[in-house]
Amino acid sequence: SRELFVLTYGALVAQLCKDYEKDEDVNTCLDRMGYAIGIRLIDDFLARSSVKRCRSYSETADMIAQVAFKMYLGVTPSVSCSSAAGNEFSLILDKNPLVDFVEELPAERASLCYCNLLCGVIRGALEMVHLAAEVTFLQDRLKGDAVTEIGITFLRKAEDRKHRRN
Amino acid sequence: MADETLFLLLHSEMVAGLYRAAEQGEGENGRCTTKLESMGFRVGQGLIERFTKDTARFKDELDIMKFICKDFWTTVFKKQIDNLRTNHQGIYVLQDNKFRLLTQMSAGKQYLEHAPKFLAFTCGLIRGGLSNLGIKSIVTAEVSSMPACK
Repeated sequence: SRELFVLTYGALVAQLCKDYEKDEDVNTCLDRMGYAIGIRLIDDFLARSSVKRCRSYSETADMIAQVAFKMYLGVTPSVSCSSAAGNEFSLILDKNPLVDFVEELPAERASLCYCNLLCGVIRGALEMVHLAAEVTFLQDRLKGDAVTEIGITFLRKAEDRKHRRN
Repeated sequence: MADETLFLLLHSEMVAGLYRAAEQGEGENGRCTTKLESMGFRVGQGLIERFTKDTARFKDELDIMKFICKDFWTTVFKKQIDNLRTNHQGIYVLQDNKFRLLTQMSAGKQYLEHAPKFLAFTCGLIRGGLSNLGIKSIVTAEVSSMPACK
């Protein structure tokens, strides 16, 4: 059940906070772990959803928000394009299941990105379908912002090659 | 269910990440297992609270163990424990013939020595659950042939 995952994630973050003193180290560690998970998660995602190849960045962003997030976390963030060039998107989450049991960040951990794992996962998954991207948190509810916003910036043009999964 | 994949991946990543960190610098293997176990402990405590919110009081230890084998295990691993044995003096052996966290590894002697790492979290999970139900315990695991474990 999802609770198990959320609780485990919480215990993991707590352990990492104990191991590393600096917030940036914890953030990096979470990102790296997320990346490793993302490169495997994409296989599972494609197998379960059998979606066709996305033909544009905005289709990809929609796919992540509407299909992947829904499948794994049960929420559907809204997508908005934030650049004229069409390669920057933000996913806005009103409800973030990962922080269900978290009330607030402790005072000495003010710059901890609690959900940094998500960024790594998205980055890793995109890289496995040959889309390089930078993923970061633009706003975080735990830090006092109104919503949680994840920004995805696609770095290169998607390569033109068949990537069909049966 | 998609949730399971997430948890399996996160768990294997946790194990790998902790051991990677240990290799690079401080800490021996023993400490990694302790960390995993204590993480499992916290998660177990939280989980058992949520599961037993609405259930009736447990009659005795055996009842609690049966709960762990049936409901708790089903919620966490989507199956029940295959075999529960006891000597009625405080020692219980739970046997799972197809342990979810080990099914991804090849069945054979090759990875037998790495298997305990994957069991540490679950041991903590059980210990945490029991402790919140008022039982102090020591939980150990043994793997003799994948993917079964006790």
